[in-house]
Amino acid sequence: MFKSIWRWIQRFSSPKYFYEMSAKLIPWFAVSALVIGVYGLYLGLFVAPTDYQQGESYRIIFIHVPAAWMSLFIYMVMAISAGIGIIWQIRLADMVAAASAPIGASFAFLALVTGSLWGKPMWGAYWVWDARLTSELILLFLYFGYMALQSAIDDQRSADKASGLLAIVGVVNIPIIHYSVEWWNTLHQGATVAKFDKPSMHIDMLIPLLLMAVAFKLFYAAIVLIRTRNEALYRDRNRRWVRELIEKL
Amino acid sequence: MLKAYYHLLFRDLRLAFRNRHELANPLIFFVLVVTLFPLAVTPTTEALRAMAPGVIWVSALLAVLLSLDRLFKQDYDDGSLDQLMLSPNPLVILVLAKVTAHWFLTGLPLVIMAPLLGMFMALPDEAISVLIYSLLLGTPILSLIGAIGVSLTVSVNRGGVLLSLIVLPLYIPVLIFGANAVDVAMNGLSVRGQLLFLGAVLALALSLAPLATAVALRITASR
Amino acid sequence: MLEIKSLECVRDDRLLFSDLNFSLDDGEVLQIEGSNGCGKTSLLRIICGLRLAEGGQVYWRGETIRANREDYYANMVYIGHLPCIKGDLTVLENIRSLLDTRSLTVEDDVIETALSKVGLASYEDVPGKALSSGQRRRILLAFIELAGAKLWVLDEPLTALDVQGVALMESMIIEHQQAGGSVIFTTHHGMQLDCEMRSVKLGGKEYMKASTWDEE
Repeated sequence: MFKSIWRWIQRFSSPKYFYEMSAKLIPWFAVSALVIGVYGLYLGLFVAPTDYQQGESYRIIFIHVPAAWMSLFIYMVMAISAGIGIIWQIRLADMVAAASAPIGASFAFLALVTGSLWGKPMWGAYWVWDARLTSELILLFLYFGYMALQSAIDDQRSADKASGLLAIVGVVNIPIIHYSVEWWNTLHQGATVAKFDKPSMHIDMLIPLLLMAVAFKLFYAAIVLIRTRNEALYRDRNRRWVRELIEKL
Repeated sequence: MLKAYYHLLFRDLRLAFRNRHELANPLIFFVLVVTLFPLAVTPTTEALRAMAPGVIWVSALLAVLLSLDRLFKQDYDDGSLDQLMLSPNPLVILVLAKVTAHWFLTGLPLVIMAPLLGMFMALPDEAISVLIYSLLLGTPILSLIGAIGVSLTVSVNRGGVLLSLIVLPLYIPVLIFGANAVDVAMNGLSVRGQLLFLGAVLALALSLAPLATAVALRITASR
Repeated sequence: MLEIKSLECVRDDRLLFSDLNFSLDDGEVLQIEGSNGCGKTSLLRIICGLRLAEGGQVYWRGETIRANREDYYANMVYIGHLPCIKGDLTVLENIRSLLDTRSLTVEDDVIETALSKVGLASYEDVPGKALSSGQRRRILLAFIELAGAKLWVLDEPLTALDVQGVALMESMIIEHQQAGGSVIFTTHHGMQLDCEMRSVKLGGKEYMKASTWDEE
């Protein structure tokens, strides 16, 4: 019983099978990300009411908040797939983890940039040591550490396992880091303007926000599939299935 | 099992004491970095007090970071690490022994040095005692987390900068609570919460970090 | 006693060996043969459990070495390319710390006998850094002798040894075999072993790179 399940998992997690399947999935993810994203942006930028405190500039949250969510979400995906790679020796999981890191780092970077753009009109400075922005910055550093370790180790398998373990250690640490930064912030800043988390958000603002979050997730799905395909091709460049693919070209 | 722990601990301590001059280096570094700040900023008492907790804690962090190399580097280079992994004893126990030795050789001296630095930075007495407590709770965490980082990077040539890139973000909570405890003590407030937090993180690190380090060492050995 | 089943090893994208099977009983000596880079060291590290194989398992007394870890490591001793000697510890301390990791308590005079056997009598208190590389390897010979292991896994044990050292290693292996122990070793130097010996040859297959690009 377990053996057959295991065989099934191994079959479906083989890079070759993944390469064939993912080609069919990518267009679906990409198109739906585009459609939902455009609709979400339309609702967010034109339909949602103007904020009585922050005016129009608040609308950047429709990018900022989903990007921040994604940066955290992708780190989790990375750690989980790295864990699967370490425990069950599934190469595809390692590839997904390695392919995710730059995407997650980009989202963290996007969240930082949009956050500081929003900060200029709000606080009068591009960078203030706000708790969330600081946590986001630390998350970006965690991504950098992961990617640096991944590229520093020559042997691919060791690189995957070592950086994967680092991702797992990072996941254990993220709540602690988040909590301590939050706590540090309340001590030093006093009560700043409540930022994005209004106690009750207007439904016309909430819907585009959620739509954008879904669009970002789909976008990530499409990108991670593309990147994992490249990763699979590169790593298996000497294996038969890749060679056969090349011959068909 | 306990015997294996003590044997390895004493071996590392003995090795370190055979090289006494190296032993002092992180300490001297610690004091030197702290000395730079009054020179770079200003030596007035108020200014010193305002920055003292942060400066001392950041310097402690860097001093530990510099000394992490000695945790596994030598054993890796001469092959002893392989022998440790082939021990019938659980690797976690041996890792714990090495981390304990590292703390005795770097963390503890930093704690002992702290009153001097407190004086340098014009800290009041009650803040100095809190500084000692916070370092006492915080430096073992630095050694424990650092051990994970070193065991992942020990096989990398010129892994020093990489190590700091990996480890420093993980040190941030310790830095925040350690420095804040001293800061709060200066204002005569209770530091119970900060010290309890450090204690909790220490308990967590003590239970999880040796496991992670053991896995990391196995990954490193599997080259 | 030791069983290797369908072992596969990939290194830097090259298939070093696959579907490797052999077993080793009490009192058997086995040489791993093959040219440079064919995976001898990797194989020995897999057998020790230091390296994870891409496929297959190593069994010790019927169980995988992971499941049987404690018993396996109490009965197996491994010597690699590196000397494991600390320059700042004396010869006696070095050998003690090696034995300590195996949780062995050995009397001083037993260690001294072993040291004189490997030609290091009266060297007990000399620090490791004062030794030549051949002498360092001799400490390892004394360590193997004292480790009380049934299985010796020796990777290039003759490195840096002089003629007497080589003879000593050979006689130690034969002695160990006669006492019912078993040995797996690799060597590029000719070892004259006056005992029954088997060998496994690695590198029969082409590298994966070559095979995928050429055949079919």
